[in-house]
Amino acid sequence: MRVRDLMLVGGVGLGGTAMMIGRAATPPGATISGKVTFTGTPPKMKPIDMAKEPFCARLHAAAPVLTENVTTGPSDALRWVLVYVSAGDQGSAPATETVRLDQKGCQYIPHVLVVQPNQPLDIYNDDSTSHNIHPLAKVNAEWNKSQPIGAPPIHAKWESPEFIPVKCNVHPWMHGWHLVLTTSHYAVTGEDGAFRLQGLPPGKYTITAWQEQFGTQSQDVTVTGSETKSVSFVFKATPY
Amino acid sequence: MRSHTRWLAVVSGWGVLLCAAGGGAAPARAQESHIGGMTGHAAAAKPLYERYCAGCHGDEGDARGENAQWIDPKPRDFTMAVFKCRSTPTGTLPTDADLFDAVTRGFVTTNMPPWVALTPGNRADLVAYIKTFSPKWKTGHAGTPITIPPEPALSIESMRHGRDLFQKMECWKCHGTSGHGDGPSAATLTDNKDLPIHPYDFSSGSRFMCGVTNRDLYKIFMTGLDGTPMPSFADDIKPADGWDLVHFLRTLQPLDTPEARMWKAWLATHAQELKPIGPPGTGQ
Repeated sequence: MRVRDLMLVGGVGLGGTAMMIGRAATPPGATISGKVTFTGTPPKMKPIDMAKEPFCARLHAAAPVLTENVTTGPSDALRWVLVYVSAGDQGSAPATETVRLDQKGCQYIPHVLVVQPNQPLDIYNDDSTSHNIHPLAKVNAEWNKSQPIGAPPIHAKWESPEFIPVKCNVHPWMHGWHLVLTTSHYAVTGEDGAFRLQGLPPGKYTITAWQEQFGTQSQDVTVTGSETKSVSFVFKATPY
Repeated sequence: MRSHTRWLAVVSGWGVLLCAAGGGAAPARAQESHIGGMTGHAAAAKPLYERYCAGCHGDEGDARGENAQWIDPKPRDFTMAVFKCRSTPTGTLPTDADLFDAVTRGFVTTNMPPWVALTPGNRADLVAYIKTFSPKWKTGHAGTPITIPPEPALSIESMRHGRDLFQKMECWKCHGTSGHGDGPSAATLTDNKDLPIHPYDFSSGSRFMCGVTNRDLYKIFMTGLDGTPMPSFADDIKPADGWDLVHFLRTLQPLDTPEARMWKAWLATHAQELKPIGPPGTGQ
């Protein structure tokens, strides 16, 4: 089972090490694992005022949703960081299983979603309010569709690799990412900032970590056999 | 004098005539357009584009022309190949005829004038030229225009159903419960360049961004205005029902239209039958 599968089964949106839930067995090959953290002062995760959408405001009355552009965890961990093989990938079969995106409580779940080119993507509106889903693609085609209450899922796919910001114009705080990757070796960090790329054939890889506000960092890593190598990424955080 | 010239450019909308952009070595333009029986040639449009368009849209079509900084809303960035007024589904390229109509019609409430002073052949050439600015015109092709059923006869039932759709589709979230463009989400709307943008105010009675006819209005909400917050409702409104929404939307305009006359006459004796438009709790 590849890392991608783990995300689908485990539900990356659940936080922590949720993405590891459901891992049946370690696939053959090497592993690159580690943690993504920050130094400095990151922006505070601010409560989102959903007063203009009473349905969603009621849902979160007890605990307001926090902004997710920089999401921190214990021990300076950074959540929602994509870690992936950006060079050296030796190819993998196209992904065919359907990825699910939910609009729930006026949030995108997950906030950061990874798909491969032409992989089916189903977008659900679980709310008792309308959303419009507006991926601001540049390489791929930008589109914008309404999804009223009770509407069936929108079936979508992306043709080309691209990191696509997605927003709902009706609810301007709704912001997420569709990350279209050709590699199947990727992970999105949970609250603990941990990642694990498994099943890597021997070779030299460039491992890149991407955070939506802090940008990218890359490291070259060479692995052999079934060894596990540890790699860490540290982003310098600024409050703005 | 220079700033004065710029000011003229902004207020007239035709000012690009006054400050034609300098020449930039453009690559050979092999693109064509096909509108009806006309064929437009990009190569023929270079001097036209540089004289009439580049002042705002930029020599490279990137919306960075000399006048662009003074213009709001900003000129179209042709390098993105994202266009508001289309007969084709959201996420697809417009037809050549869509682009030709846009150049001919201009964009109301913007600095883009109707270019009727240019011959149809000139406009067809310019459409071909516009298509040279993005590789998407090489790798892709125009979408298939949506199918629009014939407009049915006007009726109160049609308008009432259209009003129900206005409520159900939550058009009022942006356009307001009375169509004044003052819905709860209106103030925070931004376009695909993160610039503020306003929803259409039906009470202005102004032309629509993409035309003036009922058919144009139908296309606007069925295809969406790509690059703006206006989404496509093609997945949510059945083709025949789209006309019901058109008929109701016309009643929101302060114009002497058949829809407005019929609606006003009916309202005089039936207004109490209508539930208010708006969020739950307002009678819905």
